[in-house]
Amino acid sequence: MTTRKFIDIDFSRIESDRMRLNVGPQHPSTHGVLRLEVELDGEVVTDVIPHIGYLHRCFEKIAENVTYPQVIPYVDRMDYVSSMNNELPYVMAVEKLMGIKVPDKVEYIRVIMSELNRIANHQIAIATFGLDAGAFTPFLYLFRDREYILWIFEKASGARLLFNYFWIGGLANDVYPTFKEDVLNIVKQVRKTNQEIERLLIYNKIFIDRTANVGILPADVAINYACSGPVLRGSGVQFDLRKNEPYSIYDRFDFEIPVGKGEVGTVGDSWDRNIVRMREIEQSCRIIEQAVEQMPNEGDVQQAIPKKVRPPKGEIYFRCENPKGELGFYIISDGKDKPYRVKARAPSFVNLSVLPEISRGYLFADLIVILGSIDIVLGEVDR
Amino acid sequence: METFNFLDKIIGESILSAVLSALLPLIFLIVYALIAILGELKISAWIQERLGPMRTGPYGILQPIAEVVKLLQKEDIVPTNANRLLFNLAPFVMFTGAFAGFAVIPFSPAFAPAHINLGLYYIFAVGAFAVIGIVMGGWASNNKYSLLGAMRSASQMISYEIPGALVVLTAAVLANSLDLQEISLAQSGPFWNWFLFGGPGPWTKIWVIPFTLLLSLIFMITSLAETNRTPFDIPEGESELVGGYHTEYSGMKFAMFFFAEYANMFIVASVLTIVFLGGWNSPFGEFMSGYFWGVFWFTSKAMFIVFLQIWLRWTLPRVRVDQLMFLGWKVLLPFALVCFIVLSLYRILY
Amino acid sequence: MIDYFKSVWAWFHTILIGMKITFTHLFSKKVTIQYPNERYPIPHNAKNRLQLYPDLCNGCMQCARVCPVQCIDVETIRVVPTDPDKPVMGDGTQRKLWVSVYDIDFAKCCFCGLCTTVCPTEAIKHTTDFEYSSYTREGLIYHFSAMSSEQVEQKKKLFEEWSAKEKAAKAGKVAEPSSVEKGEN
Repeated sequence: MTTRKFIDIDFSRIESDRMRLNVGPQHPSTHGVLRLEVELDGEVVTDVIPHIGYLHRCFEKIAENVTYPQVIPYVDRMDYVSSMNNELPYVMAVEKLMGIKVPDKVEYIRVIMSELNRIANHQIAIATFGLDAGAFTPFLYLFRDREYILWIFEKASGARLLFNYFWIGGLANDVYPTFKEDVLNIVKQVRKTNQEIERLLIYNKIFIDRTANVGILPADVAINYACSGPVLRGSGVQFDLRKNEPYSIYDRFDFEIPVGKGEVGTVGDSWDRNIVRMREIEQSCRIIEQAVEQMPNEGDVQQAIPKKVRPPKGEIYFRCENPKGELGFYIISDGKDKPYRVKARAPSFVNLSVLPEISRGYLFADLIVILGSIDIVLGEVDR
Repeated sequence: METFNFLDKIIGESILSAVLSALLPLIFLIVYALIAILGELKISAWIQERLGPMRTGPYGILQPIAEVVKLLQKEDIVPTNANRLLFNLAPFVMFTGAFAGFAVIPFSPAFAPAHINLGLYYIFAVGAFAVIGIVMGGWASNNKYSLLGAMRSASQMISYEIPGALVVLTAAVLANSLDLQEISLAQSGPFWNWFLFGGPGPWTKIWVIPFTLLLSLIFMITSLAETNRTPFDIPEGESELVGGYHTEYSGMKFAMFFFAEYANMFIVASVLTIVFLGGWNSPFGEFMSGYFWGVFWFTSKAMFIVFLQIWLRWTLPRVRVDQLMFLGWKVLLPFALVCFIVLSLYRILY
Repeated sequence: MIDYFKSVWAWFHTILIGMKITFTHLFSKKVTIQYPNERYPIPHNAKNRLQLYPDLCNGCMQCARVCPVQCIDVETIRVVPTDPDKPVMGDGTQRKLWVSVYDIDFAKCCFCGLCTTVCPTEAIKHTTDFEYSSYTREGLIYHFSAMSSEQVEQKKKLFEEWSAKEKAAKAGKVAEPSSVEKGEN
């Protein structure tokens, strides 16, 4: 391990009582119902054991007992702050299994919606990260912008959070006429707020001191733990499924993969993971602008929807770049209208497993910051 | 200008006038606390582009009263394994410490509840009550979060009293007195006679102005730390320690902690006002100065400082314990020492 | 030493920047509103509380089947040819099934909108009403059937009488093919 310990002391040589502190499941900064069993020496964290399962809803078992289209509302509820991105890999997996080619317009709308939801998700991540560090005001500025994005979703799909908008082979309904203008206005607003947040929070010296050099995750450890998403890219690994393994129509857009460079501290610290999210918002804005420009106005979004979703026998693993990392669905079909097995590879769950590794030796206040920088959603961890 | 206690003049020096002198600040404190709570709610809301409370009364101005009524009605819970005596005592110790500070604050040339010649020293002495109250409450709650918060606050307040005391010492050197009325008197005249701008003197004093400005800044920061306000609210630290030392408190006892926090805010604000902003002096010399104007100028200056504290709270993230110590011992203390030496030299030379 | 002064300056400087930003927001236009008095417009296709139009519902039960959480409960009674009411549906066609029970449990409903898409007669729709909270779970179960309990009893009796007659008729003429069965669809 190369993580910097807060105090360079061999703890085994000092006789002191450790304190076991139970953080959660009702704690303001566990981002849901996560329970952490923390062992403290004074205020220095010597061990962390995450206990999960408080939000377990048997997603995978339920999916075996409902038909393929009925799984989509359940998929929404996994990572409930980025539902569009959750639907995408599931829907595309089933489409690939059935060999459906969706129309171009559907692909463009899917990309725009996913990227908008990526922005919304990253805004929540940055907002709650600031909240964990004690800054309350940026939280509400970001939530205000997220609200504008949710209005677009509501106008398009009818729901603010759990959409059931992507269907196997198409979309639930076409977007409304002023969709393009609305999206471009949102992009403008998001960029404006991003600049403000950068000045108010990200480059604030107190915030830098709180987050830089805290929770350093070296690249090799990140790869060993199979981390993905901003957690992996924060450690300087340039890996993004949208670029490395382009699905949907991501190969048609020009964008970059931001990685952590250790601008104010060490590569892979909490600040880097956060700044990757900031930069990804900017890249998502670029993708959205290109997609809106290229998107065809005409076209039926429902023409490829099959009458009966009954994939042939077989199995498939399909993965997409979720805002939190690589979300994959492994689906086994036995030729019936209900899946034989649906397994979700949830990025939050995998990323959470690295928490004990990177939080040992830091202060208790740092543990909260590190947890915030990993950006988990307990709905996805427990499923 | 002559300083006296107007109650003594009206009723004569008696027990009655002493009791009334003690009661007046209490009434002031309650009214101020209500205004400050409303200010906190409204300013935080406006900074965050919210409307804030709007339902209770026009524009929600009765909200603080509603909150106090709510807190009074709430069930008073004492944890099973808590030390009952200390648990019940802690909020009162803290409030007593905060309220005792009001005894020496000169609101006007015609009114300081107790005119003693060691005012500054006294304020710092009773200010230390807050630490005792917090540690008492945190330890007696029998909660690990409370204990952590109490330990943090003890180390924080003790280390921040040192730069704070150095700043106040400088003021004493400049004014040649520890008496708060005397310090106010020493700054009489227009605003460039305030100690913020080096105190009265010829124009050659201009080279000390950076040092006095720096000193007032240092005192502002230490006062934030001593009142547990953001960015130094680590004893409470709601995202880490849930509520810190008052996690287990509810109802009226919690309200006492709350009141004490706001009272402490006013005390540090008034010390800053007296020491650097001329106390009850009008900024325009003789214009608008007098016994009643004194109350106006004093409260408005102090409330401006309170506004600054609220403004800072809703802008900044929280610092970490070790950074707090770094700031206190390695930044504020050396800077305060330098300023102290420079201003002492200035005092000797002129 | 230079680093030390630099970082002290950075503390001071960035705090001032933050204060400037929050100060400008102090006077900016507020985004929140006084909710029950004024509200933001909800798009017409918002997926909130479901509403059934009983005269349009033909009792095909597709909604109940497609619901991922089984929150829709439908029971039907066949309309017998001897029915004195001669019921017609909202669109003027002959009604084939009485919808005696149509309950939706909004405590379970997940607002996915699948029921509205499968409905052949567009009898079930999402409304924009989202303020229907209740103190009890029973308060969230909505009974949409337009029939009173007496009517249901009457129709059940009619059906039983008719089916008994049919059975008897069937038993009477075993050899002949039974009269045209009116199926569900």
